[in-house]
Amino acid sequence: MDIPAEQVRQTLVELGITHVVWLPDSALGLWEQALDRPGTLELVRVCREGEAWAIAAGLHLGGLRPLVMIQNTGLFESGDAMRNVLFDLRLPLSAIVGYRSFLIPNSTDSARRFTEPVLDAWGLDYVIVREPGELPLMAAHLLACREAGRPGVALVAEGRM
Amino acid sequence: MTDSTGSRMPLVAALEILIRLRTDQIVVTTMGSAREWPKLSQNPLDFHYVPSSMGQAPPLGLGLALTKPEREVLVLNGDGGMLMNLGCLVTIVASGARNITVIVLENGIYEVTGGQQTAALAARRHAEVDFSGFARAAGFAVAERFDRLQDWQAQAAEILRRPGPRFVALSVEPVGAEYHLEAPGPMAERLPKFAQALAQIE
Repeated sequence: MDIPAEQVRQTLVELGITHVVWLPDSALGLWEQALDRPGTLELVRVCREGEAWAIAAGLHLGGLRPLVMIQNTGLFESGDAMRNVLFDLRLPLSAIVGYRSFLIPNSTDSARRFTEPVLDAWGLDYVIVREPGELPLMAAHLLACREAGRPGVALVAEGRM
Repeated sequence: MTDSTGSRMPLVAALEILIRLRTDQIVVTTMGSAREWPKLSQNPLDFHYVPSSMGQAPPLGLGLALTKPEREVLVLNGDGGMLMNLGCLVTIVASGARNITVIVLENGIYEVTGGQQTAALAARRHAEVDFSGFARAAGFAVAERFDRLQDWQAQAAEILRRPGPRFVALSVEPVGAEYHLEAPGPMAERLPKFAQALAQIE
């Protein structure tokens, strides 16, 4: 699923996001040019996904509105950093997570298999964005989570490995 | 880790030099520094990152530095934590933040778990692991290492005045039996106070 990059940018701007802290995959990576364009959004590139949660924590504590953008494999990798900022520090951070292989019928990709069980285990509130027309659903979910003072995750369905 | 005479600086003395030089910086401590710093100094702009995610103090400090570009951020990290997240040195440089100083307190052990060797210490059988060399290679504007307290004392102020990002590795003595680390109060109480202090920065 290719969501138009400008549509993503506009959605994030409307959500008041100030920084996208990211380590993209092949699907999210298509948004790089739009997210990196000078303007109201800042793109922060990390080397490993755990950093993204900690940087977002610092930005949030400083009064800004970050969003973590990573693949589901990065979600797994960054578990301890996520645990710390969402549960020890209790910061209501938002994340967009690429849901690798979700659109591949009968995929045996273990990254697909474990994504939702892992989010359920963490008790994280998530929605799945299955098509570009569902971006408003994502925005509404992230906004509702923020207003409720809890973390919010949007899984963006992907077909690529 | 040691100089030619085998000396390392006491952790508390190394921190006291920073405390004397500290003006209005935001300070993030973790691990051994989070145990010792609150005994020496208390400031609303101190964030003792305990409980932490090991290795994430520099990225957290980077997030703070990006929110307050006119204010300096000091991150006191352990060498074990630094080894867990060397990539963050590149992240810091890539971010363009110049108002951050990462100080690694290098004792070669995982102190808070009882003193087991880090891989860097074990690697010394084969080669010297140079933390400041990592930072220099990542593009830090300042990357220094001190083994002797008097050298750190003599140069600390000038280093903190230089344009960042800055990295300093300090070779420090382990604290021995006093390794146990407890949070200096509940996070649910400390964090809002810290955020409030940040909000008051113009």
